[in-house]
Amino acid sequence: MIKTDILIIGAGPTGLFAVFEAGLLKLKCHIIDALPQPGGQCSEIYPKKPIYDIPAYPEILAGDLTTKLLEQIASFQPGFTLGERAETIEKLEDDTFIVTTNKGTKHHAPIIAIAGGLGSFEPRKPPIPNIANFEDSGVEYIIRDPEMYRNKKVVISGGGDSALDWAIFLTDVAAEVTLVHRRNEFRGALDSVDKVQELKNAGKINMITPAEVIGVLGDKKVTGVSITKNGEEEIILDVDHFIPLFGLSPKLGPIANWGLDIEKNAIKVNNALDYQTNIPGIYAIGDVNTYPGKLKLILCGFHEATLMCQSAYKRIHPNKKYVMKYTTVGGVEGFDGTKKEAPKAVVKKIE
Amino acid sequence: MTDITIKITDRNGTLHEVLAPTDMAMNIMELVRSHELAPEGTIGVCGGMAMCASCQCYIKSDHQLPEMSSDEDLMLAEAFYVEDNSRLSCQIPITIKLNGLEIELAPES
Repeated sequence: MIKTDILIIGAGPTGLFAVFEAGLLKLKCHIIDALPQPGGQCSEIYPKKPIYDIPAYPEILAGDLTTKLLEQIASFQPGFTLGERAETIEKLEDDTFIVTTNKGTKHHAPIIAIAGGLGSFEPRKPPIPNIANFEDSGVEYIIRDPEMYRNKKVVISGGGDSALDWAIFLTDVAAEVTLVHRRNEFRGALDSVDKVQELKNAGKINMITPAEVIGVLGDKKVTGVSITKNGEEEIILDVDHFIPLFGLSPKLGPIANWGLDIEKNAIKVNNALDYQTNIPGIYAIGDVNTYPGKLKLILCGFHEATLMCQSAYKRIHPNKKYVMKYTTVGGVEGFDGTKKEAPKAVVKKIE
Repeated sequence: MTDITIKITDRNGTLHEVLAPTDMAMNIMELVRSHELAPEGTIGVCGGMAMCASCQCYIKSDHQLPEMSSDEDLMLAEAFYVEDNSRLSCQIPITIKLNGLEIELAPES
């Protein structure tokens, strides 16, 4: 069981900054995220896009914002459960919570801060009628263990970075790699496109473009796929695995069943006070919440995270008096023993 | 500047005739969201960067639309339920020339 003060669900910018504000109040945080890396949408959807409305940054790439936030919170030593989705919540008699992920990891905390953005990212599944029958029997939307493709025949479809990168990687593992895409052009990084071209020329990647996988064949396991190539007849390709890589889309998911007040796919909170939900002890901050006048902006998420932490402190320490301290005054004392503070002024006498 | 009229068929097949401002630098995806014609979180997920295809629509009238950028073209190449008249509505700015445009939202995927 992982124990912490504030359990944050979602490792996007709002969730990450909450760690900093909690740390100033000496509260420890642990973050759960369904993606394998922190950053949320900033790292999954648009890491290379510049953002222009982060105060004091005239321009910052979304990926760099994530890196900077991780640097800012490092001394508060947040724990991470990555690649797992928060699935169920249980309220104990002492008003604390246990959150369990889809992989069974349990987390215990008195405060839950949902910073889940638009939800957890789920793979987009192509609308092939019988595809659901083959999930985990030869159809995989996410590559978890590349070894399962050793000496197998694999077909990948998609045109982004993950399709290109996995096609490249699997040439060293699989017996045969075929890449199917609806265009001859690819959306992925130029380096990857060049590499695939090289592997295609060397006969290590079989390319079928412009084409689309329209059917999955097999009895209980995948034995092949059917492919249409622009205007030509259907091709049957014998394969052991079909890996559709069409990116991820966010879904609110299991959080929708936690008994929280939900409106327009977002969690209603008390914005007059502390961004608490209808369940005391559970807060919702950033894009995942809604209230009159809500704006889904990173900078609004930062503000919400800050007020949430003050409220969480009062809930954890109901009898302690506290006034907010400026970092210019108190510095930043990490949980790792480091301390950042303003240098002492040099005093010099005038003779 | 004047408002124009755009006809939008939502994902349930209901037709909406809405007024669209031409002076707010808005695009069709934002118009759909401003009238709440699709649930929040199911349209414009990437914010309008042609990076998610959640705002795909079908163009039902003969209006001359701005040419497709390669970003939009390649994103549509990875979208589902794509037809010859598919566009990403976030890539269509609202201009006076689009008065009377008719679109239909593509299914959620």
